[in-house]
This record gives sequence, structure tokens and C-alpha cells, in this order.
Amino acid sequence: MVIDMRFTIAVLVENKPGVLARVASLFRRRGFNIESLTVGTTEREDLSRMTIVVNGDEKVLEQVTKQLNKLIEVIKVSDVSKDSVERELCLIRVNSPPEKRGEIIELTNIFRGRIVDVARDSFIVEITGDEDKINAFIDLMRAYGIKEVARTGKVAMVRGGKQ
Amino acid sequence: MRAADAFVKALEKEGVEVIFGIPGGAILEIYDALYDSNIRHITTRHEQGATHAADGYARASGKVGVAFATSGPGATNTVTGIANAYMDSSPIVVFTGQVARSLIGNDAFQEADITGITMPITKHNYLVTDPKSLLRIVKEAFHIASTGRPGPVLVDIPKDVSQADIEFEYPSKVELMGYKPKYDGHPMQIKRAAELIMKAERPIILAGGGVRISNAEKELTELAEAIPAFVVTTLMGKGSISEYHPLCLGFVGMHGSKYANYALSESDLIIAVGCRFSDRTTGNTAFFAPEAKIIHIDIDPAEIGKNVRVDVPIVGDAKKILAQLKKVIHYKQRKEWEDKVKDWREKFPLKYSKRGFKPQFVIEKACEFFPDAIITTEVGQNQMWSAQFFKVKYPRQFISSGGLGTMGFGFPAAMGAKVACPDKEVIDLAGDGSFLMNIQELATCVHYEIPVKIFIMNNGYLGMVRQWQQLFYKERYSATCIGCEKVSFENIAKGFGAIGITVEKPSEVMDAFKVVKENKDVPVVVDFKVDFQANVFPMVPPGKGLKDIIDGD
Ligand SMILES: Cc1ncc(C[n+]2csc(CCOP(=O)(O)OP(=O)(O)O)c2C)c(N)n1
Ligand SMILES: [Mg+2]
Repeated sequence: MVIDMRFTIAVLVENKPGVLARVASLFRRRGFNIESLTVGTTEREDLSRMTIVVNGDEKVLEQVTKQLNKLIEVIKVSDVSKDSVERELCLIRVNSPPEKRGEIIELTNIFRGRIVDVARDSFIVEITGDEDKINAFIDLMRAYGIKEVARTGKVAMVRGGKQ
Repeated sequence: MRAADAFVKALEKEGVEVIFGIPGGAILEIYDALYDSNIRHITTRHEQGATHAADGYARASGKVGVAFATSGPGATNTVTGIANAYMDSSPIVVFTGQVARSLIGNDAFQEADITGITMPITKHNYLVTDPKSLLRIVKEAFHIASTGRPGPVLVDIPKDVSQADIEFEYPSKVELMGYKPKYDGHPMQIKRAAELIMKAERPIILAGGGVRISNAEKELTELAEAIPAFVVTTLMGKGSISEYHPLCLGFVGMHGSKYANYALSESDLIIAVGCRFSDRTTGNTAFFAPEAKIIHIDIDPAEIGKNVRVDVPIVGDAKKILAQLKKVIHYKQRKEWEDKVKDWREKFPLKYSKRGFKPQFVIEKACEFFPDAIITTEVGQNQMWSAQFFKVKYPRQFISSGGLGTMGFGFPAAMGAKVACPDKEVIDLAGDGSFLMNIQELATCVHYEIPVKIFIMNNGYLGMVRQWQQLFYKERYSATCIGCEKVSFENIAKGFGAIGITVEKPSEVMDAFKVVKENKDVPVVVDFKVDFQANVFPMVPPGKGLKDIIDGD
């Protein structure tokens, strides 16, 4: 019943070498499952933000949060699973024989994506959105033959004024 | 100033009195600087010995233990000692030399990625990449190791960093954005805990190693008396209250007494202090104290709810919280419960067969003869017998490898404890297998005149493993006979320049103890050739609840 549960957590860390290794090591050692992990800079030069999607139940979330908080270089851990804006970027290289190009362009427009590269028989499409939207688009592209997919993993932020 | 000199000066500022270590190429600069310092250095004969000695020093004194090692093999030899300190939350700082920065990553001679290797077994670690950050890192290392839930910190110093030229400016305080341990318990939670205590009819205190770390023995004893509540301890918690105190039921868990396990199982309120509910203490958690509500006091929030359900968590320093709790509860007699526990105690005392030459007898007598000695143990049957039959009187008297269960810990730890407490008798209650794992430190003890005593319960076996084979593997004794009954530890001790004694029967035990006592200033090894068949009982079989504890033969 809880097997399919997932959480998205935002982890504010000191921007220092080795921090990513420490976080990854903790997840491996404690047997937590990472679905995706992104790291990037923040409004402050000395801080980075990781967004981690974790598989597991409430108990796992509690342990993940507490164990992460024990790392010296971790400053704040927040659960951003609920009530948040989530975005992911995805690049898809899809077959585009001349007779299908129109269709693909149309679908890309409907999803507010962009064709960012055009080769003789394929496109690279760029699309951003939440996970469901990207999954839906990838499903549609399967009909044409997907050659390659690269997803960034998601970043998330709680809505409204709160942090 | 040369960074190495500034570094040694920083250690002096931190109040470091003694360092255990072994020099080598990458750490030569630092050893050169140490030559001019008053800090005592003890060259151990193996880096594992150095880290365990630092750990034993820390546990006996409450101060931070310090170990040095060179890069590569020196550094990797510290790994077991670091993991051991990590599991038992012992404050040590390990400084390792590293190859020069320009060589890191090139598989240079004696290069090992020790910060990578020790990442999961340190509270924190550092590779010093900028000489200017060296002193700040030293300051942080001591701070992190000794505050909050203590633990080992490793600092890896490349050779060219120690050779660089820096200013000596030692920071007066530490600023770590992400590290602010919480010491004060939440008043609301303390109030809720007090309510549970007042309601309870069968309260019991479960004391762990955190009591010692927090120096909360007095507060714990006072709270126990004020409620009143019986006290059981984990292996790490031995010494949280005098084991001669009428409320103390001794240690609990897999090899605890029946009465301690029964009392814990049937309680209706457990006040757990600084313990982590390890599987050795709880047995199968599905059957753990089914009727009890649980108050869990711990400085590490991650321990709360990790292994067992908790009704009232209180995060903070045990010493403070216990004192506050005592103020808000009042005495209430619980006659029925007291009688019940008394009854168990009379009916199910710890016992062993007196036929032949039993290791339990040696330990029981050692406790009578050396009641004030600091005891360290090795791992295996010897450790469990020591926990059962050596009753400790005061805090920090009992030092044992709990979480990692490291054979070879006891002897170097005894060496560290003796250095910390030179006026105390320090005895390693050892097994033959374990003692052999760090026996080289006899050379250190003789050379530096560290008069540690080693009592070997020599059963010629990796006894604890043999016991499991006997009980759970149809007596198929695979690889556990080590034949040490034929080894002369007496001659080995003499070869190192220590005193060696062999004891073959119970009637010789007291005479041997007398010789030990007379030779205050010399390391003494006593080889007790005990019956190999002796087993540790009672025992909670694996997978069972504490109530299903069984007797032996
Ligand atoms: C370093 C290490 N290796 C292996 C073990 C597994 N082990 C646990 S107890 C034990 C036997 C210990 O033998 P000995 O020191 O003679 O003690 P005894 O049980 O005979 O008293 C072993 C091998 C361990 N705990 N530590
Ligand atoms: Mg043995």
C-alpha cells in the first residue's frame, strides 16, 4: 500500500566540494532509494540546493530528513512534496521523417515545447513541465520512434509566500 | 610560521595532552614540529592500536582522544578504530598525513582516499586543501567531535599543506551554519513525560551510553530514587548507576539477567536515556515490552523512533533533562511491582556451574579483588561474562566495544585508559582470540611503562562463535578452534619484557591476583586456562523477544 509512495525534499547545503558525495553516501548506506537528484546554485553564492525525490513511506521520510540534518554541511531540509511548483526539463531526440514533421511540430506546440535542433531525419525537442506532462509527451513521441531521452530530474518550490 | 608548527600549537591550545600514533613520510613535517612540543606522544605498534587507545582515553577521561597516522596504509589501518568510535559515539580526532596536493588523484606512493573511505564512519571529515583553512578546521574538528552526540572526526593533511607558511591565528569560536546541537529539552515534552511517570505502575529506566557521555550518572540515580524506578542498562550504559544500588538490575538484552529482561518486558513505562534500542538490547522488537509506553531522551533526534515506537520524545542533553524531570515528579510507592521484581531477582539470579575452572569464577573474583579497577573488555564470551559478573561502582569504570563489537579493542583501549587515569588499576578482561588481534601493543606498554593488566579467559576457541555453532549449527565447529590453550602467553609476555603468569586451576587465582597487585608499575599478562565448554547464559535466542530468555544446561 505504501510501496509506491514518493517524497520530494529540498536540501539546502553549503556549497563545498564533497557535499554531494556525502549526501549520496548517506542514501546508499542507509538503504534509501533516490529516484532523482538535482543540484544547483541558489540566491546565495555559498549555498546550493538539492532537490531529491525519494521512494518510501512516512518512516523513511522521517529518517531521511533526520539523517540529512545530521550532516554538518546540511543547513535545512524541507518536504516540498505538497503544495509546490515542480518542474523538470527534458530533451527528446525523436525520428522525424518528412511526412511526420508537421504532426510532431504541432504536438510540440500544444505542449509548449520547442524544437531546438533539426537534423535530416530527427528533431531534438525541449520540453519543461511537471512530471506528468513530460511523461505524457514522451508517450506521444513513442509513435514516431524515440532515439534518446535526457531528463534533468525535478526542482521544486513551495507555493505562496512561505519558505 | 610553518603550518606544521602552527598546527601543533593549535593542539596545545585545545588542551591535548597525549597523542597516539605512528609517523611516516606524509606526516613527517608534523612529527618534526611535535619534537619541540610538550605534548606527549605514544608510538603504538599499529595504527589500529593508536585509534583504540585514543578511544579508550576518551571514554575514561571524557576528553577528546587524538591519533596520528601517515598516509596510505597508516590511514587505512585507522579505519576499524574510527568505525568503533563512531558506533559508540566516542569523541576522537584522527589526523592523517596525505600526499602533496599536486599528487592527489594520481595514485601516488602511499596515497589512499581516506576521506572517501571514512565518510560513512565519521561524524565529519576534512581534506585540507588550503593551508589558510588548517587552523579553522582543527578548531572545528575538536568542536564537532566533542559536542552534541560525540563521534570521530578525521582530518587529512597533505604534506605540502603542512610545509606551507601561515599566520598563527587560532579562531576563538566556531561558526558552522548547519551544526547547532540542541541541549534543552522541550518543556512541554518534559511535562508530558512527568505525567506518564506519575501514572505508571511499573516504571523502569533504561540507561544507555548517553548517560556517561552527558555525565548524568548523578541525575539518573536521583531520578530513579525519586520516582522510584528500577534501572536496567545497556552494555554501554553500565556505570550509569552503581551496580550495587538496590534499584539497579544490571544489564539487559541478549545476555542480560533474566530478572532485568523480565522487568523491562513487563514494565508499563520505559524511560530510555541515551540509548539507541539496538537489536542486542531489544531482542525482536515485535515482542518488545508490549505494554509499555516509551519516553525517549536523546540528544540525537535521528535515534528517536528509529527502532521502536516512542510516545514522548525529548531531544536534548540527558543531564539537564533528568534534573528537570526530577523536579516535576514526586515519590509514589508501587509495592506490587517492587515485590514482583524482588521475587524475580531471588528466583532467577545469574549463575554458573562451579565444577572445573570457569571463566565466570575468574571474573567474579576479579571484581571482589579489584572492585575499583577500570575494566575494559575484548569481544565475545569474555565480554558478556565481564558485563554479567563484574559489578561496576562508578561512572566510566567499564569500557567495551558495543556497537561494532571489535575484537582487539580492549587491550589498546586499556592502554589509553591507563594513560588518562594513571592512578587507577586498569584491567583488560580478554579472550585469547581477541588479545592476539592487538598483542603487539605489549611492546608499547613495556616501552612507555604503561602498566596495564591483561586477564585472558583462555578457552582455546573463538568461544562466542563456538557457542553459536553448538546451539544453532548442530555442533559443527567450523573454523573456531584456535588452539590457544597450547600457547604460552606467559612466555610471550616475558618476551616483550612484561610479567607473565599462567593459572591452571581455581585455587591459584587469588595468588595470581596478588602478584598483579604487587606489580603496580609493570604490565602483567595472566593466562587463565579455563574450561573451553563454558557458555554464556542466560540468552535470548536470535529472533525471540526478551521474555523468551533461556537458561543453559
Ligand atoms: C575483528 C572481529 N572479527 C571477528 C569477530 C567475530 N567474533 C565475535 S566473538 C568472536 C570470538 C572471540 O574469541 P575470543 O577473543 O577468544 O573470546 P571468547 O568468545 O572465546 O571469550 C569472534 C570471532 C569480531 N567480533 N571482531
Ligand atoms: Mg576464546
